[in-house]
Amino acid sequence: MFAVVQFPGSNDDRDMRFAFKSALGVDSRLVWHKDTELPADTRAVVCPGGFSYGDYLRCGAMAKYSPIMTAVRRFAEAGGPVLGVCNGFQVLCESGLLPGALVRNHQLHFVCEFVYIRVEQAATPFSSRCASGDVLRIPIKHGEGAYFADTELLARLESNGQVMFRYCTPEGEVGPAVNPNGSVSEIAGIRNQAGNVMGLMPHPEHAVEEMIGGTDGLALLGSLVDFVVGRAQ
Amino acid sequence: MRALVHVTLKKDVLDPQGKAIQKASASLGYDAVKSVRQGKIFEIELDAAERQEAEAQLGELCEKLLANPVIEDYTIVSLES
Repeated sequence: MFAVVQFPGSNDDRDMRFAFKSALGVDSRLVWHKDTELPADTRAVVCPGGFSYGDYLRCGAMAKYSPIMTAVRRFAEAGGPVLGVCNGFQVLCESGLLPGALVRNHQLHFVCEFVYIRVEQAATPFSSRCASGDVLRIPIKHGEGAYFADTELLARLESNGQVMFRYCTPEGEVGPAVNPNGSVSEIAGIRNQAGNVMGLMPHPEHAVEEMIGGTDGLALLGSLVDFVVGRAQ
Repeated sequence: MRALVHVTLKKDVLDPQGKAIQKASASLGYDAVKSVRQGKIFEIELDAAERQEAEAQLGELCEKLLANPVIEDYTIVSLES
């Protein structure tokens, strides 16, 4: 069972459930931020996009202290897979489940568009349906999505293979010209050192049907489903 | 006690808002303004018997909530009873 955490101000929670159900045939449950436990049959946790607590103070700063986050932290520490998308990525960084932080886009614009990202790591629970170097077309929509890591952390992320995705051209060329928000090293998503917690700014749940512009998001959400199903067997 | 706390982006974190404000200042004719860094001010009232206790609590609060130590620095600018 997938648990989708619902904070006040989350707005992609139901889209996430729709993506799992409609495109991948997987049931999920909404878990309210005031709950103190995840459902007993939880096999994966998703922190969805939105504006938790109205982005007060900093994006994700208030959600860090939601009662449910203690349970999510415990779940992650036990090795359970946790995925954070957009605001969910910000929440995981603020909570210390992922290193680094997300700051204001360098050009100060809210960006809402399809972008291309290159898969840097394929042998993970979040990207096993991809090959390293694959290019995915997935939308972003954020004002504070510039990933920041200082020089030391960045070197560590690179040498540990923790960078999951980078913004790129349709051909897979990475460079500042196609960086939509000013992220360091064009980073669009990272994972923790243990490899069971992953966050990204692009929205895979918004790329699951041709009708809405593409289905590349299925490769990522489907990977997580494969991982959970594989573990259950 | 009343405390004034500043939270600012660390020097190596880009501050695009500060940069935009500096540019706007220049376009208004204030060429003397060379650089702007934007931050946050918190005015806090707290119950504390001693200054040392208040400082310790504020420090913890900054570390845990008011600032994100990955990207921000904080300063307790003033503390008055």
